[in-house]
Parts: sequence; C-alpha cells; structure tokens
Amino acid sequence: MGLLSNLKKIFTGSKPEKSEASPEAVIVPEPVMVPESVTVPKVMPEEKPVVKPSDVKVEKKPEIQEMEEKPVAEKITIGHVHMSGCTGCLVSLADNYEGLFTLLDNYADLNYCLTLADVRDIPKMDVALVEGSVCINDPHSVEDIKKARRNATIVVALGSCAAYGNITRFARGGQWNQPQHENYVPIGDLINVDVYLPACPPSPESIKNVAVMAYLLLRGSDEQKELAAAYLKPLMDLAQRGTDACGCDLMFDVINQGLCMGCGTCVATCPVRAITMSYGKPNIDCDLCIKCGACYAQCPRSFFNFDVMNQFEAIGEAIDAAMGKGDE
Amino acid sequence: MVLGNYKNCVSARAADPSIRSASQDGGIVTQLFAFALEEGIIDGAVVAGQGDEPYNPEPVVATTVAELMEARGTRYTICPNMSMIKEATRSYGLDKVGIVGTPCQIQAIRKAQLYPMGMRSVGSKVALAIGIFCMENFSYQSLETMVEDLCNVKMESAAKMDIGKGKFSVYTSRGAVSQIPLKLTHKFEQPGCHVCLDYVANLADVSTGSVGSPDGWSTVFTRTKAGETIWGKAIEAGYFETKPIADVKPGLDLVTKLATEKITKNQKHLDERATFGVDKGLRNPYI
Repeated sequence: MGLLSNLKKIFTGSKPEKSEASPEAVIVPEPVMVPESVTVPKVMPEEKPVVKPSDVKVEKKPEIQEMEEKPVAEKITIGHVHMSGCTGCLVSLADNYEGLFTLLDNYADLNYCLTLADVRDIPKMDVALVEGSVCINDPHSVEDIKKARRNATIVVALGSCAAYGNITRFARGGQWNQPQHENYVPIGDLINVDVYLPACPPSPESIKNVAVMAYLLLRGSDEQKELAAAYLKPLMDLAQRGTDACGCDLMFDVINQGLCMGCGTCVATCPVRAITMSYGKPNIDCDLCIKCGACYAQCPRSFFNFDVMNQFEAIGEAIDAAMGKGDE
Repeated sequence: MVLGNYKNCVSARAADPSIRSASQDGGIVTQLFAFALEEGIIDGAVVAGQGDEPYNPEPVVATTVAELMEARGTRYTICPNMSMIKEATRSYGLDKVGIVGTPCQIQAIRKAQLYPMGMRSVGSKVALAIGIFCMENFSYQSLETMVEDLCNVKMESAAKMDIGKGKFSVYTSRGAVSQIPLKLTHKFEQPGCHVCLDYVANLADVSTGSVGSPDGWSTVFTRTKAGETIWGKAIEAGYFETKPIADVKPGLDLVTKLATEKITKNQKHLDERATFGVDKGLRNPYI
C-alpha cells in the first residue's frame, strides 16, 4: 500500500488524506465469508445509484464531501496473483488511472500484488484476480495457485492466459513451435474458477466493472446483490464452459448454431486482427488466432442477458457515479 | 414493452430536401448525424458506405457530411458496422463516435459498454447510437437471388429497394418497378435473425424507421438522455419537420403490431430450438 499511496500523491497531489484514512480501517476487512460480511451494509451514497438514474444525479454531489469521513471498513479485499503472464492485465487494471484510486479508496484494498503491495505470501482475500497461466514445471507456481484458490472467496481468471492459456500455450498466433509451450495450463485446469474475464488484455473498463460488481455482491444491499449476481452470471457461465478457446468458437457455437447475424463485433474485438468479415460472417485466420476467447465472449450472441442489458443506461451511470467520474 | 423504453415518439423527416432526395424514408439518420457532426456532438460516424458490389455495403467511418450523403438509403443486406467501432476510435482517432445499426448491432454496442472485455476505450466514446427498425436481414447472395432471379432486375440497374405494405419492391433507374410478395422472401432470411427479440432497436439512443409514418416520413423514438438531448437540439435548430405520432396514419399501432408479431414469432422459434432434438436443443444466447 505504501507505494500506492505515493503513486496517488504523485498523480492527484491534493487528495492524500483519503489514502491515509484507509490503512487504519483496513483492520476490519479480514477474511470475511460472503454471507456474514453482508450484515452491516452501511448505506453509503455510492451504493445507492445502482437502482435508478434519477438517484445517481442527486447523490453525486454529497458523495464527495462524505467520502472524507466515511469509514472504509466495508471495503473488500482484492489480491492480484501473478502466474505466467506478461503483466499486461495488471497494467490494464492500473490503466483505470484515477479510477484505480477511487476503487482502492472506496471499495477495495489491494492486499496482495507482487508489484504494488509489499506482501510475500498469499493472504486470505475476497477476490483473487489471477493473471497468467500456470507453469506446471514450477512447483512454486502450482502451490501458489492452489493457495490462491483456498484463500480467496471468488477467483477471477483475469485475462486470457489465466482463462485459456492464450499465447503461453501451444497456440499458434504466428509463433514457432516451442517446447515450453507444453508446460503451461490455464488455471481452470488445476482449480475451480468462479469468474472469467477473457481478452488480451481485458480492458480497464471491464476490470473496473467487475470490481465494482464484486463489491456490490459482497457488500451491497439485497437489490444490489441481485444486480451484481445478474451481471456476473454470464462471466461465471463462461468459467464453466471450459478452458479452451479459439476463434473457431464463433463458428461452432455461434454460426453453426444459427445465431450469427453479422454485426462484426468479433472483428473489432480481436487483438491480433485475425478476423475479417466476408459476406456478413466472420472469417477467422486460425494461424493468427492466439486463442484468447475475446471474440466469443464479446459476441452479442454468446450471451446477452436482457435483465442487465435493458438497464444499460442506469448501470453505466451508476458505475460512473460510484467511480466519481467527472470529479477528477 | 415490445417498443422498449422510450421518452418520446414523433413522426419526422429531414428539413433538408437534398438529404431526402436519395434517403430511404425521412432521411433521419443522415440528417441527425449531419447535425451532430456540424455541432461537434460527434467527430464521425460509422455508417453503411458503398461497397465494391452494388447494394453490398461496407462499414465506413464518415467524418464529413459529403461522406454521410454517400451512405444514404437502405441496403437489405448485412453491413457489419460494429467491425469499425474500434477502428473509429483508433486509426481515425475519434473521441465521440456516432454509429447506426440494426437492433442486434445496437445490442452489440451495449454489450461492448457493459462487458467491454475486448473493447478498450470504446464504450465511453460512443456518443450517438442510432438504431433502425428491422424485421430480418438477408445475406448478399440471398438479396442477389431475390432481386435478379425473382424480380428480374440486375443489381446494378436497381435504383432503390424497399420493403413495405407486404411487398419487396425494386425500382430501376429507368423507372420500372418490380415487386414480389414478402412471403416469397422469408426463406432467404438469415437464420440469426430468427432468434432476435428486438424490432425497434430498444437499446439505441434514437431509433427510427418508416413503419408507422406516412410515405417519405419516419417514426422516431428517443430513448436515452443523450438521444433526447441531441434530438431536442436538432429540432430546435430546425433540422427536422415533425408531426405528433398520434396525428399520423398508420401510427404507433402498426409499429406495436409488427413488433409484437416479430417478437412472438421469434420467441416461439427460440422455444422450439430448446427442444429441437431428442433431449437436446440448440443454444439460446439469452440465458
């Protein structure tokens, strides 16, 4: 946390008090189990907006003043567990810029993170964001991922290496055949994973959204829990779907199922431009594909939950308000 | 509910006759994007531009009114506009993007905003999403068959195509009209459209289509705060002529009727898919 506070000072200058307030309060959010932690949902202003856009507008202003004195004891604990990956997913988390500080001020303590928090062993935590696949030839890595599972209430596969192996695996993506590719497995091959957040890397916004929703799920009111559960469900289903991904998923599970309507989302999503549209359907260059699974996850016909999507405007505004957007 | 949440509904057409000269109906999309461009509400818009083949559009990022004018009119085939949404914010460097799309494409935008896994810095840059009413879509090969084989018109000599009043009509540049009953086109519809539960682009900022309004006019729904604001400004600036939807024929009743028909039919199709085999079904994207 020390480094983070300093970073914060450098970035925002004027608001260091808030970060000083958090360490004292950190005592409380020890390894709380999900159901128990719910008992004291203090009605913080940022929590409410989830319901209606009208709420959001009214509460935006008071929120800023109260934030100074508000006890941050209700925060959840998030850890970033680094397996074999390129740290791009962590960079993506950090690329929320001021949003990251808002997250850490109001919603979450980063209690484990090789590069940002000075903690050696994987502690108990509410949410483990696991980046990278597991090198099975490295006993330490295998032990770490098991420990992360045991110590975390929710395990999130952050990014495609954790979810599907991605470029660390014997994928192609224009890479030569290399012997080390045979040693990496996605974390889902070794432990149960609760939430998948694929893409290479998952966008800062998606990490922010999942973090806010995880907070609401663990600390929110009943209504907020319901929303967060509805929001996270498709990502949980994705985790149950398997540890393999490919551009071919579009062919097998979308086009061949008679679901593709040619919107082109997959083309925009692909990080390696392996997809082009021809006559209204995606054409996938499997040699370029790095098996990140982003195209399938982003496809509106892989999952589309109307209960969440129909509220897109209210949810968007609520997340913006929770992140204090516009006040920076 | 079949019409989604909306704040206002009017019948409207573009005030500028030069836009209406080649627009499909009221020229709403072109006029609204042109207004938004001029006012700096958007820096550019992803629209269905002219492709290499006649009536096979390609998504383009239009940054001038001239480019918007090029893209007027409906092409009854797939134009993957979402494929350019990231490109518009990257190669084109746009901070405020407009996009027009069918209901499914608007759904894709909203998913890209709520679950933006592979859509870094895209969601917040979508400033105006205009949805168009859509019953179903055809692949290009299907459209070609319908126009050339069923209507006996060469694709390159078609001046306009239109679906309305139970008919698929092709107008040629020399003034001939060739029509077939819409019933004959059903087998050409792309399968992905049969699971669609949205007729009037329920998730757009502004959605528009000819249904419900007289010829040359379009029905316009404003749905979000952004959509309502931009539409309001455009009206104030005199960019549109409007009539209350209650005063025009056939009016909102027809929109509701067609929306109900589409959604009921497709919901039934979805239910059938669930039990399509023996103890096996086809996938439902909505659960």
